[in-house]
Amino acid sequence: MSSKEQQDESIRQILAEHGRLAAPASSIARDAELSAHGLTSHATVNVMLALEEHFGIEFPDQMLTRGVFTSIATIQAAVEKLVDAG
Amino acid sequence: MSGASAPPTSLYDGLVEHGLIIPVGVQGAFGRGAVFELVLARFNALVDEISRDDGARYCVFPPVISRKIIEKLNYMDSFPHLCGAVCSYFGDERGSKGFSQRIAAGEPWGDLLQMTDVVLNPAACYPVYPSFTGVVPDSGHLVTMFNWVFRHEPSPQPTRMQSFRVREFVRVGTPAQVVEWRDMWLQRGLTLLQSLGLDAVSDVASDPFFGRAGKIMAASQAQQQLKFEVLVPVNDGDSPTAVCSFNYHQQYFGSAFDIVLPSGEPASTACLGFGLERIVIALFKTHGFDPARWPGAVRTKLGL
Repeated sequence: MSSKEQQDESIRQILAEHGRLAAPASSIARDAELSAHGLTSHATVNVMLALEEHFGIEFPDQMLTRGVFTSIATIQAAVEKLVDAG
Repeated sequence: MSGASAPPTSLYDGLVEHGLIIPVGVQGAFGRGAVFELVLARFNALVDEISRDDGARYCVFPPVISRKIIEKLNYMDSFPHLCGAVCSYFGDERGSKGFSQRIAAGEPWGDLLQMTDVVLNPAACYPVYPSFTGVVPDSGHLVTMFNWVFRHEPSPQPTRMQSFRVREFVRVGTPAQVVEWRDMWLQRGLTLLQSLGLDAVSDVASDPFFGRAGKIMAASQAQQQLKFEVLVPVNDGDSPTAVCSFNYHQQYFGSAFDIVLPSGEPASTACLGFGLERIVIALFKTHGFDPARWPGAVRTKLGL
C-alpha cells in the first residue's frame, strides 16, 4: 500500500471513530462533502485533534477553517502538506 | 475596578463621575445608578412596544440555571473560559476551619468547595429550552425574557461586563419560520437603534469559542452566516461594540432537548438579544452623560 493509500485509510478510520457520520466512512467518495454526510463543526474539532495525534502534526491557525475539512480529499491535502513540512 | 490593572478608560471614568455606574472593586461588575437604570428601563419598554403584536410569551429566569443544561450543551468544550460554576461547602464544622486559615494566609481556598447543582447563566436563551421539550405546535413557539447573564471576562472596558442583562427573544419552529423571524428582527433592531441616534450597522459574527478547536467552530459559524450582530461605536480607538446579536442555532437545541416538529424532525431555533447595559452605555457615549441634554427626538422616543 502506498503512503497515500495509507493516509486515505487512516483519515477514513479517524472519520469513522470521531466524525459521527451518517454513512460508513469507508464508503464515502473522496470528493463528497462531509457535511452532507452529517459532519458537524463539533465533530470536526474531534476529527482535527485525532488527525494531529495520529500524524504527529499541528494544524496552524490559518488552516483551522471549514474548507480544510470539506472532504476526505481536502483533509488529505492538508495532512500531506503538514507531514511534508514537519 | 482593581487599581493594579490597566488604567480605566475615560468613558468608564465619565460614567462613574456622573453617578451612572458605581465601582465595586472588581472589573466588569459595577453597580448601576438611578439614571442609568431609568434609561435601561425605557429602552426595554421600547422593545416591548415594537414587539407588542408578536404574541411572545414573557418570562424571567434567575441568574442561575441547572448545571445539567450546560453539560447537555457541551458548554465546557466550547466556552470553559467564560464559565461561572457555583460552588459551596458541603463538609463539617471541623473542615470549615480551613477557610479562615487559608484566607488569613492569603492562600487559595477554592479546593475546599464542591460544585452545586447550579451554574451562573451564561446565555440569555439557555434557561427556557427545557420547557419546550415535546412536540412544537404548527405556529412554533415565541418567548421573550429579561435575564441576567454571566461571562468570566473581566475587563477595564465598561462595555465588557462579567454580569449583565439581556432582553431576549427565542423562536422555535421550522428552519423557514425561525430564519425569516431572525432576519425580520435584524432589520427591526437596526431601525430601533438608529432611531435613537446611534450609528448602528450589522455584520456577520461568531462566538468566542475556546482554543484552536474553537477557531473551526467560529469559522464554520461565520461561513454559514448563523450569527449576526448590530454594532455601535462606543470605545474610542476600538472597533465597534456589539449591542445585539441574532443567532440561528439550526437543530442544536432541538436535538439536545428533544424539541420536535409535528413531522418528528428536531425543531430549529433562533434567538436574539439586546445587550441592555451596552445599549445604555452607547447612548451615554453618543449623546453625553446628562440625558437632560440629549437631542429632543431621542428624549421623546425614550419618554425622558
